[in-house]
Amino acid sequence: MKNEGETAQRPDNTAFTQQRLPAWQPILSAGIVIPGFLVIGLAFIGIGVGLFLTSQTIQVLEMDYTGVATDSSCFRCSMTSSQNCTCEITFSLDKLFTGPVFFYYGLSNYYQNFRKYGVSLDYYQLSGDTQYFTSPQSVCSPYSYDNQNRPIVPCGAIANSMFNDTFELYQIINGTKNLVPLDGKGIAWWTDYNIKYRNPSFVNGSLANAFAGTVKPINWPKPAYDLDSTDPNNNGFLNQDFLVWMRRAALPQFRKLYRRITEGNYAAGLPAGNYSMTVHYNYPVLTFDGRKKVVFSNVSWMGGRNDFLGIAYLVVGSLCVVMSIIMLIVYAKFKFSDDDA
Amino acid sequence: MLRRRLNRLCGGDERRVDSRTIYVGHRPCPDTEAFIPPKFCDNRIVSSKYTVWNFLPKNLFEQFRRIANFYFLIIFLVQVIVDTPTSPVTSGLPLFFVITVTAIKQGYEDWLRHKADNEVNKYPVTVLEDGRSVKKESEKIKVGDVVEVVEDETFPCDLILLQSSREDGTCFVTTASLDGESNHKTHYTVPDIERDLQVLTAAIECEQPQPDLYKFVGRMHIYKPEQEEAVRSLGPENLLLKGATLKNTKEIYGVAVYTGMETKMALNYQGKSQKRSAVEKSINAFLLVYLCILISKAVVCTTLKYVWQSKEGQDEPWYNEKTQKEKETNMYLKMFTDFLSFMVLFNFIIPVSMYVTVEMQKFLGSFFIKWDNDFFDPEIEEGALVNTSDLNEELGQVEYVFTDKTGTLTQNNMEFIECCIDGFQYRHRDAHGELDGFTVTDGPLNKLQEKAGREKEELFLRALCLCHTVQVKEETLSDQIDGIDGVLPKAEEERGFIASSPDEVALVKGAMEYGFTFLGLENKNMKIRNRQNDIEEYKLLHVLNFDPVRRRMSVIVQTKSGDTLLFCKGADSSIFPRVRPEEVDRIRLQVERNATDGYRTLCVAYKQLSAEEYALADTGLREARLALQDREEKLMAMYNQVETGMSLIGATAVEDRLQEEAAETMEALQGAGMKIWVLTGDKMETAKSTCYACRLFQRGTELLELTVRTLEDGRSKREDRLLELLRDYHRRAVQDAPPVKTGVVTRSWSANQEYGFIIDGATLSLVMNPPRDADASLYRGLFLQICQNCTAVLCCRMAPLQKAQIVKMVKNCKGSPITLSIGDGANDVSMILEAHVGIGIKGKEGRQAVRNSDYAIPKLKHLKKLLLAHGHLYYVRIAHLVQYFFYKNLCFILPQFLYQFFCGYSQQPLYDAAYLTMYNICFTSMPILAYSLLEQHIAIEILLDNATLYREIAKNAMLRWRPFLYWTVLGIFQGLLFFFGVRFLFSNPALQDNGQVFGNWSYGTIVFTVLVFTVTLKLALDTRHWTWINHFVIWGSLAFYVFFSFFWGGIIWPFLKQQRLYFVFANMLSSVSAWLVIIILILLSLLPEILLAVLRKPKGPHSRQKKPGQSNVGGIPSSQSSARPLLMRTFSDESNTVI
Repeated sequence: MKNEGETAQRPDNTAFTQQRLPAWQPILSAGIVIPGFLVIGLAFIGIGVGLFLTSQTIQVLEMDYTGVATDSSCFRCSMTSSQNCTCEITFSLDKLFTGPVFFYYGLSNYYQNFRKYGVSLDYYQLSGDTQYFTSPQSVCSPYSYDNQNRPIVPCGAIANSMFNDTFELYQIINGTKNLVPLDGKGIAWWTDYNIKYRNPSFVNGSLANAFAGTVKPINWPKPAYDLDSTDPNNNGFLNQDFLVWMRRAALPQFRKLYRRITEGNYAAGLPAGNYSMTVHYNYPVLTFDGRKKVVFSNVSWMGGRNDFLGIAYLVVGSLCVVMSIIMLIVYAKFKFSDDDA
Repeated sequence: MLRRRLNRLCGGDERRVDSRTIYVGHRPCPDTEAFIPPKFCDNRIVSSKYTVWNFLPKNLFEQFRRIANFYFLIIFLVQVIVDTPTSPVTSGLPLFFVITVTAIKQGYEDWLRHKADNEVNKYPVTVLEDGRSVKKESEKIKVGDVVEVVEDETFPCDLILLQSSREDGTCFVTTASLDGESNHKTHYTVPDIERDLQVLTAAIECEQPQPDLYKFVGRMHIYKPEQEEAVRSLGPENLLLKGATLKNTKEIYGVAVYTGMETKMALNYQGKSQKRSAVEKSINAFLLVYLCILISKAVVCTTLKYVWQSKEGQDEPWYNEKTQKEKETNMYLKMFTDFLSFMVLFNFIIPVSMYVTVEMQKFLGSFFIKWDNDFFDPEIEEGALVNTSDLNEELGQVEYVFTDKTGTLTQNNMEFIECCIDGFQYRHRDAHGELDGFTVTDGPLNKLQEKAGREKEELFLRALCLCHTVQVKEETLSDQIDGIDGVLPKAEEERGFIASSPDEVALVKGAMEYGFTFLGLENKNMKIRNRQNDIEEYKLLHVLNFDPVRRRMSVIVQTKSGDTLLFCKGADSSIFPRVRPEEVDRIRLQVERNATDGYRTLCVAYKQLSAEEYALADTGLREARLALQDREEKLMAMYNQVETGMSLIGATAVEDRLQEEAAETMEALQGAGMKIWVLTGDKMETAKSTCYACRLFQRGTELLELTVRTLEDGRSKREDRLLELLRDYHRRAVQDAPPVKTGVVTRSWSANQEYGFIIDGATLSLVMNPPRDADASLYRGLFLQICQNCTAVLCCRMAPLQKAQIVKMVKNCKGSPITLSIGDGANDVSMILEAHVGIGIKGKEGRQAVRNSDYAIPKLKHLKKLLLAHGHLYYVRIAHLVQYFFYKNLCFILPQFLYQFFCGYSQQPLYDAAYLTMYNICFTSMPILAYSLLEQHIAIEILLDNATLYREIAKNAMLRWRPFLYWTVLGIFQGLLFFFGVRFLFSNPALQDNGQVFGNWSYGTIVFTVLVFTVTLKLALDTRHWTWINHFVIWGSLAFYVFFSFFWGGIIWPFLKQQRLYFVFANMLSSVSAWLVIIILILLSLLPEILLAVLRKPKGPHSRQKKPGQSNVGGIPSSQSSARPLLMRTFSDESNTVI
């Protein structure tokens, strides 16, 4: 590079080398910004109003069933360490809960986003690679092998801690319990169910054989291939509840989709009336001061109920409008007098 | 570095000896007791740094010596060793990339060096061995070999010239590749050497190799059978340097004295010391701040983690049990690894890529200077030259300009104006009417005859013809030499002159106009054609060379009739004391008047030497030349002894024109708030008039003089008077003047009283080194304060080293202002090297200044654009680049930091590893690079028109703590916004209309999307100059991000252990809420920016519509100064370049 300048050559006379490329030189002038702000502000207020109203129309019913309070029906279950404890929660709706109704369970003070917890899974197992069934990856530790040194499939903390409370919802009509059908399909991401997670290929025509030589995760009541006895397509790693659980929540307080109410008499929603929910209380949360709840909600185009967005749009929108007005005043005062001078 | 290698190569034992003995042709000499062939290193040149074997370790070692690289290496190692949140790839990949690119670049450069070395080392040369010519490879030459070199070949090593094919025992060389001077230099054979080199038995004693190209001392003992040994002195004129080229001589023989790495060329092959720009220092300061932020973040997180964990059940909930190993780990060790993990998690806040981008910006940016057509000078067919790209932005920060006068402010294009013989004035050109009542009537011949006695005239003209070192350019050569001094107009008798100083040529040509033509030097005979067209011959006996201390030169010649004459010419101050006082008075008046007119004046004297006197002088000079020790001092003493008792014949005046647009340039620089100091070796009067002509001093400028003259007219002692004056000036210039506001555009400077300060070398050394040490700081402080309040300072009668001293003093004073030195000659090199930015002018005094400069431009006028346009733009660009880089990484990492509060301080990364890695490399790097290369926030024309705009960025304005704080606050604001905006959205993670919920990677991806868009759009907001490239990279980057995210999340990548991002991005886009939150967060983040841009605009520099008053800021002084009487046209006599 040193001697190039001495080759006595005239530099290229191009627009680029002479820094004379044609250029657009936008200036954020008041003439653009003030109407711009006004337009954006009004648009935002519009969106905000829409969002807020939409959010208001979404019905939400939340019920904590941890059983901390002694008078709550699940208090008994929360105290015992025994499995198969059942408690019942009743509630009533005074108007139609518009369908489709989404049935969520929620946990709080539950850190699915712990780093160690988050990496504690073996994707190769979950994509059906049986090689990894016998030797899970080390990240799964301490949930790789049981105490007899048998490999756990699916290994890892996430799988092991899968939420295992189950719920049955009844409508009480004239004192009789009417089971509300819950739809467990379509609660996990389509891509998770269809592409990302794969069951191992059947061995001798059964999924269970593919899991031979492995044990279920310690906390699971049933092995992976037998998660849903009613639907053979909802077993193994392709169990929807499992997939929902495997998608880690972002924050320590979260909800996950449990079921949808889309069938039968309840396709249009839950009619007003009394309901009772049977909770099979299995999942301990009190040791880490966690809480469990169930949430019924319907959704709109913006998803579940969330007032934040609407309010944010309203605030920012009005901020823009106020700004444009202030700027207009400032400019009327200073700029115009400037022109005179 | 080289020295060390040298010592290793050449053995340590001879280091202690300060001379070496060389046996010509390896023939033992009769005298020496025992012939021990001395060991010298071979003639191999090794400029390469690496070999194939040591390249990897050595290069890596050197790269990791850089603090930044080392830091990233440490982070990488921590990631490899400790179980950290992000995979080592995230920091390893960028580091690997940077290291590889650098290694490839350095490897390539070294390969080129290897190739060049090989070319030189394998070059075939002819060596005389036992009477035969043997072809050898250049690297096989040993010290003592007799080497044959033919015309146009370069010398393979440093040779002592033994024999030349030219009859007069001379040869011509050009040293273009050594110091860039392309004129022919004459070198001489050692006298009295027999023609047959085969029988020559001689030993050369010479000093050990040293890097000074112009110094050499040695002695040659010549042994002849049946004769006493003869001793001849050897000087630089006998030494042919490796790298120089033989010209105009068929062939020469020389004996190798220094070979290989000991040649002067190799010793001079050393990198210049690295200059660091102020911006780099700011970067380092900011880095420190960010390092503190990083560490405090890690500390906060670690502490909170353990506080939080102390609560029951939090540390190890049943769903996340620890492994056996973790349970057993020591608590403090765990804390430490946690700390390291947090460091790793947040380390992206200090990005590797910033260094790469900054370096790329500088490297690529420097091309725009090189490419600039405005810097192209058709005369020398060259444009600007960039020797270092590290200082581009420093050009926008200059506060003090130190300029040389001759060749820089003036053209160094000498023209003989007039002479004064015996007190009578002779005007050469029919130029500017009458002076002193002498009207110009006829041609010079007639006029001359009317004046002083004919004899005196002719003596004077002969003196001009003889007393010089000019060579006549031979016709045959004219097409071979392309770069000779453009001094010579072609016409004049088809004769060109070559000399190292243009003054000499001007004088010889002046004499030619009066009828005395110098025909050339042959065989030590100088030929002159006189007015009668007769050829006169003079035998040249001695040349008493010019040097800047003596400020004169002499020749001793012998006429045909046998008279020995000494002619001497030099600066008046060095001639007057050596001639008879009564002659001085007649001429002094003329000399002083000429000097005030701005001409370079020289006095000419002569004396006739009697035979005894000459004999004495002759032996004295010869002895001094032979001396091995203190030769310089001895020669000097001898010169002084010879040059006494002369009689003054006359004086000459040579004009040196001002450079094109010198005044406009100086005015613009002053308008830009720069203080201009003229440092010159010239006389005060000459320099002062140049300053007036350049409008450095205006009519209204009050001059504060601090020279020998002002010191001596008082009655008191010089020191007291000095202090008194200093105090007086200080009171006037500093205390009474209103405080100067810096940085702000103050136009008041034109209204206030302006001061100019003049000091000369002698007084300066008194100020710098007062007799009492205690006063030193007082004097200096006063002096500096005065100077800082003056618009222009003139330092005259400066020695080169004093120039550097001044620069250093200003450089180190309070506030450490950025200094710039500009000069064209060897005498400016020291100040060019000393200043923050050194600028060389591709002038006539060789190429040394250019070689040592950071930037070289063909003309002074180019300085204006270089500083006001290029410097300004580069500063703005890089300052923005640096601030933006820190900002974008702050708002990149802040959400990740905040996320720790929501994930139990478990070092869970918020973003996917791919995003962490690519953020700085791919998603956000190109727009800022394009911005930092192309941005013109103010058009170049406007920058050139309004010099005051330069003041807006003075004192590192864009990288001070305030703007840094602004950017940091902006980064924090946006980071908070990104994180909490999405946090509130995720209070209900069911964001899709199918009721499904989003997980943590969706959270991170939304934040990251907002982040990438915001920082890119923020840059788009800052961009004032949208070329298609900006459009391409800004929109391209965003498109690339979207495309990449789809792609990255669209495929199950077999090499990934977890498909975390699988369809996360696509799912995000299917959610209306995600879209809405992204839009509102981007807008909200940019809102303050837009507001500020609008509110700031009315008074900002961006108002393109020039108001008539504003555009004329630069013009106010010009209207003032044009009213000033045209004092003089041109000037000088910078004595250290004369002759």
